[in-house]
Amino acid sequence: MKKILLASLCVMNCALSFGQTGAPYIHDPSTIVECDGKYYTFGTGGGGLISDDGWSWHSGAERPGGGAAPDAIKIGDRYLIIYGATGGGLGGGHAGKIYTMWNKTLDPKSPDFKFSTPIEVTGSEVDEDCDAIDPGVLLDPTTGRMWLSYGTYFGFIRIVELDPKTGARVEGNEAKNIAIDCEATDLIYHNGWYYLLGTHGTCCDGVNSTYNIVVGRSRNVTGPYLDNMGRDMLKGGGKMLVGAWGRRTGAGHFGRIVVEEGVEKFSCHYEADYDMGGRSVLAVQPLMWKNDWPVAGENLKNGTYAIFSERRGYSLEMSVDFVRQQAGGGMMGMFGRNNAEPAKPLSFQNLDEVKSTWPEGKSRVRIGDYMFRPHQKWQIIAVPEAGGYLDNPYFKIVIEGTNRALAANSDCEVETVPEFTGADEQLWRIDQLTDGTYRIMPKAIPGTDKKLALISAGDSTPSLGKFDFNSDNSKWNLKLVND
Amino acid sequence: MKKTLFSVAVAFCLSTLSAFAQPPLENYFAPATKEAATPDGEGFIRRWTLLEPISKPNRGNTVFTDSYLRENFAREYFKNQFTIVPKDGQKVKANVQVEVREQNAAAPGGPMGFRGMAAPKLKDEVQTLVWHKYDSKLYNTKLFRFASGLGKQVYGVIFWAVTVIECDEDINNVRLAVGSNSASMWWLNGEEALLLSGDRRMVADDCMSNRLTLKKGKNVLRGVIINGPGMSDFCARFLDEEGQPVKGIRIL
Repeated sequence: MKKILLASLCVMNCALSFGQTGAPYIHDPSTIVECDGKYYTFGTGGGGLISDDGWSWHSGAERPGGGAAPDAIKIGDRYLIIYGATGGGLGGGHAGKIYTMWNKTLDPKSPDFKFSTPIEVTGSEVDEDCDAIDPGVLLDPTTGRMWLSYGTYFGFIRIVELDPKTGARVEGNEAKNIAIDCEATDLIYHNGWYYLLGTHGTCCDGVNSTYNIVVGRSRNVTGPYLDNMGRDMLKGGGKMLVGAWGRRTGAGHFGRIVVEEGVEKFSCHYEADYDMGGRSVLAVQPLMWKNDWPVAGENLKNGTYAIFSERRGYSLEMSVDFVRQQAGGGMMGMFGRNNAEPAKPLSFQNLDEVKSTWPEGKSRVRIGDYMFRPHQKWQIIAVPEAGGYLDNPYFKIVIEGTNRALAANSDCEVETVPEFTGADEQLWRIDQLTDGTYRIMPKAIPGTDKKLALISAGDSTPSLGKFDFNSDNSKWNLKLVND
Repeated sequence: MKKTLFSVAVAFCLSTLSAFAQPPLENYFAPATKEAATPDGEGFIRRWTLLEPISKPNRGNTVFTDSYLRENFAREYFKNQFTIVPKDGQKVKANVQVEVREQNAAAPGGPMGFRGMAAPKLKDEVQTLVWHKYDSKLYNTKLFRFASGLGKQVYGVIFWAVTVIECDEDINNVRLAVGSNSASMWWLNGEEALLLSGDRRMVADDCMSNRLTLKKGKNVLRGVIINGPGMSDFCARFLDEEGQPVKGIRIL
């Protein structure tokens, strides 16, 4: 019975991944925007969520105007909120209006918190094949021009141009159809391509929702947006970015967050989170790029990992004496071996076989050939009480089966300490980068405010140094260890 | 009988290679000049004063754990081994270990001549060894060719290497970058800087020290390299925080 319980706990633990915590309940979230060190997102019906760290969320964001599915963007030192004043709906009327309004801050407690008078920028009439709701904006980094996409399943997704200085429609601009039969669109730019993200599937049906985010791309912001099969989004095309996975279903309302070069996230809501009673929740996950297509990364799971350097491919390990395995095999075992006998599987070396040879105090860390050894197996375990960052809580990284923890020290080097205490230098932020590798950063380094990451100083030497997405020294690969 | 004779010959040749023609020393080294040298264009230090190999028989390199290296490098092989700044031609009396070869030793095991990983039988001996100050013609210092060129033992050996680095001012936050075949340990101005353990191949910038300071004036860099079978060599340079070779240093 005990064994079964232990096995079940292990399965649960191994499968456990983390979504936003606190009260991240929202539907149709706007792109997450940072304002004075806090994160904000607005949802359908007014109001929204605030977070101090991007991981733990609570209600409190304020937005007048009601309606459905706003978007938000920071331009200069101001914030532009874009919202559809009506609810639209498959069975309802399809007359709608989209407005923009400015604010100097998103903090409702700030004396500067005051929205400007809303400006109508586009709309739809009751007899049009378009619902003017669900706006998404792009400030084109190549031209400085601003574009707005909007619409629902009822007809076309359209694009119009706005003036980034005023938030108003550019005079004389005509709306153009760029997709059909999707909703909750957003526009983004990457490496010479414009991307139209849209949501397909069933909305608003809890755990039965099939909502999913698809994407097409174009060399021009006004389209045509084609999927990976060359199918136009005006014909319903779209390559799926994310749908149901883990314990959440119904992904919709994409928003992109560029933290810095190589570190990107996306926000969305899931129609239902099985761990949160099936409520609709905000989610933030890593955003990767493969062949110039966006790919959804996953929130990191608790588990035992080997941590490989992207520089050489060696694995992070505690510096201890190499203990030879006594089992034979290999070339030396060729002589005198009877190959007619059945080959028996060998066990990997286990912790009990080597632990007595390990130092009791702190030990250095190095990078070496991965050999399935206990000093190379790291349990990465969330420490939710330590807070988090955009897509994860902080983690402790300990040698499997022990409480010996990876830690940053005041020399800006890394070591292991015999016991995890919860100190900031023993907590790690792990970001999946846009190329699928990982950045691993201590929450804090004793004696300095520098933000440094785990790097390969040499092929075999880890250290802490400035993160550089363009250097493989800054990147790591995590592989789940399956004994 | 023939087989036994062959095995003895092989064992002898494996340790000294004197029976085979070896490339001359000058292919790899030139005597150091009196003028100060500089690191090469990539920052590798090419001027080293090398002690003729200390016999330390090992049949494999996987024994080179951290503990083994610390224990065996801490042994006194010759006086002042961690403080000496040797001159070219200086001699030392070294306590070495040599392998005892049994007269009726069995032929090397297996079809490829493996002699197994068992520790060889050893006896202590005192040998006179000479320091040689050379400029390497390569970025890496080919210790194997240093030994073979002098007709010395090439396998199962420890090499001592010393160089003096002169700086016009303190240079902070530099790292000593070393690759060595096989394991090695390094000290800057008497302080341990690096330990490269295990059965290791020479790879440029394989291991890095913590951030160090090259102080104004003379700095003594000392390395000890151990190898069982196979090629012995190392390369060393100092890199700055950006991973670029440290400039403005002279090698005396």
